[in-house]
Formats: sequence, C-alpha cells, structure tokens
Amino acid sequence: MTAPALVRRDVAGRAPVGPRRGWRQDLIGWSFAAPFVILFGIFLALPILAALALSFTSFGLRDLDNPIGSTVVGVKNYTDLLGDPKFWKSLGNTIYFVVVGVPLTLALGLVIANALSRGITRFRTVFRVGYYLPVITSIVAIAVVWRFLLNPDVGLINILLGNLGIAGPNWLASSALAMPSIIAMAVWRNLGFAMVVFVAGMQAIPAMLYEAASIDGAGRWQAFRYVTLPMLRPTILFMLVITTIGYLQLFEEPFVMTDGGPLDATLSVTMYMYQQGFEFFHQGYASAIAYVLFVIVAIVAFLQFKFLRSET
Amino acid sequence: MTAIQARSAKPALPAGQAGQSARGRWWIYLLLTLGIVLMVGPFLWMVLGSLKTPGEFLVSPPTFLPAAPTTDNYVRLFDELDFPRFFFNSSLVALVVTVGNILFCPMLGYALAKLQWRGKRPVMALVLATLMVPAGITLIPNFVLMANLGLVNTYPGLILPFLVGPFGVFLTRQFMFGIPDELIEAARIDGASEWRTYWQVVMPITVPVLATLGILTFLGSWNNFIYPLVMAQEPDMYTLPVALATFATGDHQSDNGMLMAGSVVLVIPVLVIFILFQRWITEGIATTGLKG
Repeated sequence: MTAPALVRRDVAGRAPVGPRRGWRQDLIGWSFAAPFVILFGIFLALPILAALALSFTSFGLRDLDNPIGSTVVGVKNYTDLLGDPKFWKSLGNTIYFVVVGVPLTLALGLVIANALSRGITRFRTVFRVGYYLPVITSIVAIAVVWRFLLNPDVGLINILLGNLGIAGPNWLASSALAMPSIIAMAVWRNLGFAMVVFVAGMQAIPAMLYEAASIDGAGRWQAFRYVTLPMLRPTILFMLVITTIGYLQLFEEPFVMTDGGPLDATLSVTMYMYQQGFEFFHQGYASAIAYVLFVIVAIVAFLQFKFLRSET
Repeated sequence: MTAIQARSAKPALPAGQAGQSARGRWWIYLLLTLGIVLMVGPFLWMVLGSLKTPGEFLVSPPTFLPAAPTTDNYVRLFDELDFPRFFFNSSLVALVVTVGNILFCPMLGYALAKLQWRGKRPVMALVLATLMVPAGITLIPNFVLMANLGLVNTYPGLILPFLVGPFGVFLTRQFMFGIPDELIEAARIDGASEWRTYWQVVMPITVPVLATLGILTFLGSWNNFIYPLVMAQEPDMYTLPVALATFATGDHQSDNGMLMAGSVVLVIPVLVIFILFQRWITEGIATTGLKG
C-alpha cells in the first residue's frame, strides 16, 4: 500500500502544473486521453498487430465470418513471397520510383524554395500558392487528368510535341516510358510540399550568416552552397525520410493510370497487396506483403537517420 | 513553441540585398513564372476539357480551347452518375472526421503537454510508434473488423478509423507546450475544474492550431482513396475519388469530357478551401515539418 503511494507522490512532485496528486490526477489525465486512446487502439494499434497475425494464416474470403478459425500456416506466406516473381517485380518498380522520384522532388523543391526565399522579393505568395496547388489536390483527380494529358492521340503533351513536328509516343502503354511518366507526375505533384517545408527552414536561418558571407565576398551560389545547404541539413533529412516513406507506398497513380501495366511495369508493392487482398481475396498473403513493406519503410527511415545524421 | 517561433520568423532579407537585386533578377521571375505555367497547365487542361463535347476530342488537329463550350458533361455527371450522392458522401465523411480530430486530438495533446498522469509515457510512445506505419497495414484488419461488425458499406465504416490520428496530437501537443503554466494555474486558483480550464482557457488560445488541423484533416479525408475504395463496395457509398477512379478505369474510361468534369468536381472544393486558408495550410505543414 505504501509503495504505490510513494511513487504517486514522486510523480506528482515533478508535475509542472497543479497541486492535485495521485489517483485523482491519473483520472483527469486518462479522462482527457480516453476517447483518443480507445479509437486509436481499436482502429490503428490493434490492426497493426492483427495484420501481423493474419500474415501467418491462409486467411481468405471464406474466413471472413470467422477470423479466429483461419488456418495458421506459419511463415509460408513469407517464404512464398520470396519465390514470387510478381512480388519482386513490384518491389523493383517501387524502388525505381523511389530512387528516381525522391531526389528529383527534393532537388526541384529546394531550387524553387531558394529562388522564392533569396531570389525574389515580390509575388512570393502567388508563386507559393501556385507550386503548392497540386499537393492538396486528390491524387485520383490528378492521375485522371494526367492520363488524359499523356493520351497518345488527344492528349495535350503529344499535341504540343506534334506542333514541333515530333510524333509523341504512347507514354503509358510503353513498358519503358510508363514508370518515368508516373515519376514525372509524382514529382510535379509533390515538389510544392518540399518547397513549403524548405522555405520555412530557410526563414529560420539567421540573416547575419548571409551578411557575413556577403562581406567575405560570397556570391549567390556560394551563399547557397556554404550557408543555406548546411543550415538546412536537418530539414532536408526530414524531407528525405518523409518523401521516401510516402513514395514507397505508391498506389493511386498506377491504379488509375496503368492498372499496374504494361506487363507489370508499374505494379507497385501496395498495388500488388491490394490485388492479392481485394481482387483475389488472399488476405493472409496480402498482409505478409503489407508487413514486408512496413519493415522496408522502417529500415529505410532508420538508415537515413543514422547515416545522414552522422555525416555532419 | 516551434510553431510560434517559425511564425514570427520573417524572411528578413538584408535591406541592401533586396534593393540591389530587383533589377538583376528578372530571369528568376521568368523561370518561376514558366514553372507556374507547368503547375497550373494541367488544371487548365482539365477545366477546358470538361467543357468540350465528346465529338471535339476526335477532331484533327486537336483543339486547345473548346470550340463550342458546353456544360453537358456536368449535367450527365449529375443525372446519369449520381455525383450529388458521391459529393454528399465525401462531404459527410470529411466533416465528421474533421470534427472528431478537432475534438479528441487536442484533448490528448493537452494531457501529454500539461498534465501528469501514470500511463502518459506509454501512450506517447504508442502514438509515436504508429507515425511511420504505412496505411496499407491497417487496411486488411480493419476490413475484416468492419465485415464482422456489419459496417462494410456504411458511413461508420468509412468514418470510425479516421476519427483520430497521431498528426493532430503532435500538432496540438507541440503548441500547448508553449502555453504558460501560470495561465492554467490562475484558472485553477479561481476554482475552475480541469474541464472548464481546458474549454475556457486552453481551447480559445489553441484556435489557430485547430484551424490548421481542421483544414488539413478535411483535405486528407476528402482526398483519401485506398480505404474507401475497399470499404465502399456499393455505388451508394462511393466517395468522390472512389467514384471517379471507378469510372475512369471502368465503363467510362474514354469518356474524357465527363472524366474531366468529374475531376473538376473533386478538385474545386479543395481549391476554394486552399485559396481561402492557404496561409494556415502552408504554415501548418511547414511547422510540423520543421518539428521532425
């Protein structure tokens, strides 16, 4: 009886606010936390564990009414994945999308942010709004519009190329050009997000650093290279992690624009998970795919933090 | 704290630098303007396309401006495809989800920032741990859960999993750290209960952050796709993105005029919200971005 009381007093003693102690304080804390914790637990935390459990079963459509009764198959789903060429294809496509798309998005976002922060003094809001516009727009709508833009016969891009005397290709029907087209669209859509975060990061850089650089005779490029880039490093790292995690989950674009084709050239991991889970109803297998993606996301985020942080 | 700092930090260019540059930098304006044309172009193409007749897409050479602008595509959208229903579904889901987040996230944010209670650390760790989890992970278990609760193809099925989220907790918690303890203490000394203190002292100060949270939550819900795609199995429960994607990949895949009109309907509310509240949106993004 006394031990918990001591602990309580100790906790209360460090309280920044309020004289109230012990169970009363716990009750107040939990009454504020409860609605969130309950909803969060049921629909976010538990499903994460449930997905892990499902990935060790052969859960399918017939098990839907009785999830507990589904057959446990151990690590079979995972070993099957290792031998599934379509999974490897989807993983390769996703990595291609990330490795090309993320650096392009961040580089363009950085260049535009620098131009807005240090290159110009007027119309900043207009430019910021313009570049940010696609970020808040539904990916589905954008994918539908871009599919039309890229239409080989009636799309704007091939019309413009035609005016220059160039016969535009059938972008989304070519297994070589479909993924680059999707990457172009993703970069176009997301560079505004990187831009806004970089602009905010640049605003926090003390102006005196630029003054000092200017006195030392640094030009615009040198100021960018030796002041902006090093000062922005944590922001760039953060954006690198966030953008990579987002891009690893590629789904809407191939779903609307290519259905994963041609010849699986744009099939992403999330799209393969969707197909397995909701077109073939192999939900145990789909959960294993989801978990592999989860582990990849966690590893990539960890590596980016570890290596890029220690490089400084 | 960070929110307040970032907001007060002005661009602060040295005066000399700003003056000297205005003339020499016309090419930066030019390049940025060209960039804007590329950013806005597809939206313009969408609006123009939505005003063309089906026949106009087939003429050669293709037209840029509609030859005979028509609202026919919109009429068909509303008469043949039940877009009013999809619009209503999207609006209802987004509104309820937004209210849930505005109500519940700051409560936990406050408990984490300003109250001492046992269990605080584990709850904080739990919320942190789920930040990077891909949306696809919870999709299948939630579908199984909803199927067993009989909630597939219902509004609760579309809404419940999104009523709270870690983002709102971080946003509000971070802001509430910056509220002086003295303010809260004063209310308590005056005899206000914890709830009254929260509603009458803390909440009014937090309104700008709640606005940012509300706008971002609404937009996120409005644009959400993979979850309603799975959970809305009958057309009467489709949200706008699900309806548009279904038509674009199904029966109407070459009906370009109608698809452009559908995209306009999906994009316009977002554009209106964005133009009205762009400051809150970009600053909210930037400050939470910086926090990481």
